[in-house]
Amino acid sequence: MATQILMPALSPTMTEGKLSRWLKKVGEPVKAGDIIAEIETDKATMEVEAVDEGVISSLLVPEGTEGVAVNTPIAELNGTGQVAAPATVPAAKAPAPAAAAPEPRPAAPAAVEPDKEWGATTPITVREALRDAMAAEMRRDKDVFLIGEEVAQYQGAYKISQGLLDEFGAERVIDTPITEHGFTGMAVGAALNGLRPIVEFMTFNFSMQAIDQIINSAAKTLYMSGGQMGCPIVFRGPNGAASRVGAQHSQCYASWYAHCPGLKVVAPWSAADAKGLLRAAIRDPNPVIFLENEILYGQTFDCPTDPDFILPIGRAKIERAGEHVTIVGFSISVGTAMKAAEILAEQGISAEVINLRSLRPLDIGTIVASVKKTNRLVTVEEGWPFAGIGAEIAMQIMENCFDYLDAPPVRVHGVDVPMPYAHNLEKLALPLPEWVVDAVRKIV
Amino acid sequence: MAQAAEKTGKVKPGPKSASGKSTSGRSASGKPAGARSGAGKGLTLEQLQHAYHDMLLIRRFEEKAGQLYGMGLIGGFCHLYIGQEAVVVGMQMAVEEGDEVITSYRDHGHMLATGMEPRGVMAELTGRAGGYSRGKGGSMHMFSRERNFFGGHGIVGGQVSLGIGLAFSNKYRGSDRVSLTYFGEGASNQGQVFESFNLAALMKLPVVFIIENNKYGMGTSVDRASASRDLSQNGSPWGIPGMVVDGMDVGAVKAAGDIAVAHCRAGKGPYLLEVKTYRYRGHSMSDPAKYRTREEVQAMRSQHDCIEAARHQLEALGVTEAEFKAIDDAVKAVIQDAADFAQASPEPDPGELYTDVMLEG
Repeated sequence: MATQILMPALSPTMTEGKLSRWLKKVGEPVKAGDIIAEIETDKATMEVEAVDEGVISSLLVPEGTEGVAVNTPIAELNGTGQVAAPATVPAAKAPAPAAAAPEPRPAAPAAVEPDKEWGATTPITVREALRDAMAAEMRRDKDVFLIGEEVAQYQGAYKISQGLLDEFGAERVIDTPITEHGFTGMAVGAALNGLRPIVEFMTFNFSMQAIDQIINSAAKTLYMSGGQMGCPIVFRGPNGAASRVGAQHSQCYASWYAHCPGLKVVAPWSAADAKGLLRAAIRDPNPVIFLENEILYGQTFDCPTDPDFILPIGRAKIERAGEHVTIVGFSISVGTAMKAAEILAEQGISAEVINLRSLRPLDIGTIVASVKKTNRLVTVEEGWPFAGIGAEIAMQIMENCFDYLDAPPVRVHGVDVPMPYAHNLEKLALPLPEWVVDAVRKIV
Repeated sequence: MAQAAEKTGKVKPGPKSASGKSTSGRSASGKPAGARSGAGKGLTLEQLQHAYHDMLLIRRFEEKAGQLYGMGLIGGFCHLYIGQEAVVVGMQMAVEEGDEVITSYRDHGHMLATGMEPRGVMAELTGRAGGYSRGKGGSMHMFSRERNFFGGHGIVGGQVSLGIGLAFSNKYRGSDRVSLTYFGEGASNQGQVFESFNLAALMKLPVVFIIENNKYGMGTSVDRASASRDLSQNGSPWGIPGMVVDGMDVGAVKAAGDIAVAHCRAGKGPYLLEVKTYRYRGHSMSDPAKYRTREEVQAMRSQHDCIEAARHQLEALGVTEAEFKAIDDAVKAVIQDAADFAQASPEPDPGELYTDVMLEG
């Protein structure tokens, strides 16, 4: 039985090469692993090893031949009757381009349903809301645990985990050394094996130490495993600027994480957002980035007292209804937008304020419905403008309701510089309600 | 027979070991780590036959993968395990059903050793619907929940902290499962590997760190990459006991694995094995391997090959040529079947592009 030896592909991009030298002659026996030829590619000279056993019966391509296409027969073996390579060159693979599958996206932005009514409320701080959410979920599911720097004995660098060590013990409220890359990878591994970790980053600035594990392991493994390996994990902590902590501790990661398929990204503003969304994040079977804000931790909001209170991820909330302009914000920027709306009301302009709550998935339906009514859009965020959340929203509005716009959308954002330390300079770097008012006045 | 086993079945002493005995397992304090001497002698005929079969299966699989790559049926990066088979086969003989395995991108051998189907692995290499990841992972990214194989990771060192996470989950649940966490000597220099050593020792996690030292991180020899001259002691600052193992000897690997796994299962924390091995092929398919001599490779192949060594031991135990041929033929048939399946399986449906990004919930 004759076996053809084919010109091999020796790199992901090789289509042809030079057969520079034969190391076996006609009549010579060949064993698996023997070097039979040298081939030059555009990158290197490579040795070709035999895969099958036999005796060389003919050399089909003389040495020195250039431009030998991959899969061209270059020699023949008279085999020993053993299993051999296919004697024919495989047909050119799948020449017909597969019909592109349509991207599954909402055909039309869905009509906005009202939030579920949760009844009685009580004022609590965002800090208390976050702690209560974690405590409630840890009581509900013993696979949930909290891990991070200073979360246990210190009670949290920002006191978010106050009291959790006492209630749940050191097995479930776990202090780590200051090694974000290592403990994040460990938590992701635990999630792949079925646990539900809550990873606290002291601030999201430090998540950059671990971003490889967040993106390459947590976000992509479900896809890479063909749906076998889900990763139910929450990464939470304060994001964005605090107060005069300088460039390395004052950055917004909203756009960084929202860029990546495989992640959900949530950014609460109020205590109700914080509590309801964190509970949903912990129950979610996917990795969730939960962006908090240090300035908001001490702020008080009314929050439902219902012990089952939870909010769905992926739903925005209209915080203030209006007619003349839609202002979209998330996290602390919702507060900025609300103050701007008050100032605008005094000037006779009625602004609708949308609290995004979730950045990925983005509730574009709620924004589109609002813009169709107001015909104007202003976005507000503390992060940098380039490829930011505002840029994404503006583009999606153009894709969905361009004809409804009476003016180009305007972005209000943090100034495009590393955060300065000086009191006056930092104030100049972050959006104020007046900036939003000015942006609205440009287009209304 | 005893002589043959003696010859190839010992755990080599580490360079720093003063004892010269057949094991060098010791903690950072220099105490023995509970090793037993003459470790490799322990393989029964049945175990040796099993090891021979599995190592041969991996080698033939990888040769076939190399061939399919050459035919353009496998694309991208493809890192072959040829030469290193004894490492994963020996370790797998030391663990039990339910123990987890995680490794880098040179992962085909680990999959086969954990019992994953050659068909599914080969079809993933060809990017077909019948592959373990339905064609969406490729050579470097395959997983099996059923076989407790957690990948298949392409970022050097990334699987090490994931591996201690598997061990963490075992400890959290109070099970006695052990996580086998493989990485190369190249990855052993990554910062997160040392972070993982610290965390595993601090939390006493049941993880066996297995450094597969095949001497070259891509084209850079270990001597040019690591100031550490004894990687088995890289965990010593954290008190992680380490041992140097002859990775060309499946019996020695199994014996070392027994010690390491027992240590972990007993709740004593992590264990580190530096397994000295060698890859015969390039780093990936497109590596001309000019950083080492042909003679060096040939010497390893002809004098230290793990499959040949097992064969000699089996011959000494009386296994006949006909019995070897039966094993060889059976393996070849399985591999040919896998290759046929991997070419006949259709490419994934275009709709698969959008599935498995997120779970409902």
